[in-house]
Amino acid sequence: MQTRLMELTVGLFVCLGLAALLIMTLQVSTDNGMRGGETYTVIARFENTGSLRSRAPVTLAGVRVGRVGNIRINPQTFDAEVELIISSQYDFMPDDTGASIYTSGLLGEQYIALEPGGSPNNLEDGDRLRFTQSALVLERLIGQFLSSMGQD
Amino acid sequence: MNGLFDTLFGALGRATLFLGQVIGGLPGLLPRPRLVIQQVYAVGVLSMIIVIISGLFVGMVLGLQGYNTLARFGAAESLGVIVALSLIRELGPVLTALLFAGRAGSSIAAEIGLMKTTEQLSAMEMMAVDPIKRVIGPRFIASVIAVPLLTFILTAIGIFGGHLIGVSLLGVDAGAYWGQIQNTVEFREDIFQGLIIKSLVFGVLVGWIAVYQGYTADPTSEGVSRATTHTVVISSLAVLGMDFILTGLLFSGV
Amino acid sequence: MASPDQAAPAVRVDNISFARGRHTIYEDVSLTIPRGRITAIMGPSGCGKTTLLKMFSGQLRPRTGTVEVFGKQVPQLSRGELYTLRKRMGMLFQSGALLTDLNVYENIAFPLREHTRLNEALIRQMVLMKLELVGLRGARELMPEELSGGMARRVALARAIALDPDMIMYDEPFVGLDPISMGAIVRLIRLMNDALGLTSVVVSHDVPEVTSIADYCYILANGRIMGEGTPEALADSDSEWVRQFMHGESDGPVPFHYPAADLAEDML
Repeated sequence: MQTRLMELTVGLFVCLGLAALLIMTLQVSTDNGMRGGETYTVIARFENTGSLRSRAPVTLAGVRVGRVGNIRINPQTFDAEVELIISSQYDFMPDDTGASIYTSGLLGEQYIALEPGGSPNNLEDGDRLRFTQSALVLERLIGQFLSSMGQD
Repeated sequence: MNGLFDTLFGALGRATLFLGQVIGGLPGLLPRPRLVIQQVYAVGVLSMIIVIISGLFVGMVLGLQGYNTLARFGAAESLGVIVALSLIRELGPVLTALLFAGRAGSSIAAEIGLMKTTEQLSAMEMMAVDPIKRVIGPRFIASVIAVPLLTFILTAIGIFGGHLIGVSLLGVDAGAYWGQIQNTVEFREDIFQGLIIKSLVFGVLVGWIAVYQGYTADPTSEGVSRATTHTVVISSLAVLGMDFILTGLLFSGV
Repeated sequence: MASPDQAAPAVRVDNISFARGRHTIYEDVSLTIPRGRITAIMGPSGCGKTTLLKMFSGQLRPRTGTVEVFGKQVPQLSRGELYTLRKRMGMLFQSGALLTDLNVYENIAFPLREHTRLNEALIRQMVLMKLELVGLRGARELMPEELSGGMARRVALARAIALDPDMIMYDEPFVGLDPISMGAIVRLIRLMNDALGLTSVVVSHDVPEVTSIADYCYILANGRIMGEGTPEALADSDSEWVRQFMHGESDGPVPFHYPAADLAEDML
């Protein structure tokens, strides 16, 4: 009888531990579609990425649809090329979709927001986004503001 | 100096050979899961209370401290991220391993040391039963099983504790708390590499140190008490050191 | 195979020497233990009697010389062969060495469960038989910490014979027992030997008890065999040393005083 009770509590313990892991997997983390075949990648070119980092969220209408992959410099144009890894369930985006870099909150991290256009064709893996808007850099904004003040 | 060198590396070498022996004996336990279940009960189930309570308090403290700091910058919504990331990446695995070393590691070492002192291990040898397979193996593998499970429990409870303080008491928006967590915590980088790998490594580490200390204890009462103390001290240092190495390895690319 | 094997002694030790660190324990010790008899190895505390038993069972290896048990060269056996050999030997530890997390019944069932695939009913029968032999069938539910020293040793004896070994080794079986328990153990050793036809090796320094049951004695001291023979022969030995040991005299070849400078010199 004692053995039975012990085995029962051990079973309960194992279940509890695994349940905790499951909760964390489902409730706490996002998988971001890391597995092959479930994502497609498009490339967006920005003049300035601000402090955008890989793994930052990519959103559409505020809904997270993917994440930022590699960020690298194009040696010809000196622009930044950003890989956007988008979950395959959002395969209906027009190919004239634009991408902008925004900041969540005043001090929050930077993310990419997609703005769909009106093209009948959808984005496909490897496409380049034509319309992008770079990150706002505070110093540049202030500089512009000051110089426009000076002109007045 | 030479003596210290010898002692250190000699001990490490012996402990490694011993670990090899223990692991070599593990397949023999497959047909007898009850031996392992018994030990999972002794080291895992009986450590659950301390782990749950610690997790709750740590989560609550993180919630309180994090809120005070974040509220100053108007970023209280990020509270969930602070609590979840610190628990998942660092505090969960490390704290659980330290608690486990104190609660279960010491008792494993004391038990094995006492069995050696009272000639129980010799008696098994004489009955043609290998104590490494029969006594050491189950305790070692039980640690490897129990530490990750305890870590998961502590971490989940801790995040809940942060919710309790942050959301229920201090009024952070529940949606923001969980939403921010979900946006930031990733399965592969955080849960898998942080929580699962770290806790597995710590389980091996603490279990290994505990059984080795017990098995090599001097068969006297001082020997057993020294083995118990050494288990706690060495495992704590090993866990913290290994945590640094693992963090460097696992998160350097991020 | 039976007849020459039967004639050969159970244990034959030839010219072994052994040292622990710089401390020599034996030098050139040889002895034989015949089958089916009670052989005693006596000697003062710390002369390495228990070490000798550990060599029979292969837990220790001599530095030189050979240890042959049931025709096998013990120091050369692999781990597996050693374990096979050990199933033919039982050993009674000084402390009993019962497994403290198991009760009396489970302690005796332990070697059976480890080494056989018998069903529960058969194990029960065997355990109860062994317990009956040592007179503790009624104590089968007790935990080791509830047993007196003598009872623990009897349980350990029942466990040592659980696998029906050919030889049983007793390590200081009489130490720290009250006269009644002592009598019980003496009786049991004799009984095991006569009823089960076991070869018995008794390591002890309790002269009266040993001489009452042993067929043949070796006296081990100072790293060598100081005397051997039947208990009667030893009591009338020519050697003054052996006579001092057998009769328990405080002074003789082994002086009462630890070597020291002259008392008068030391005090002044």
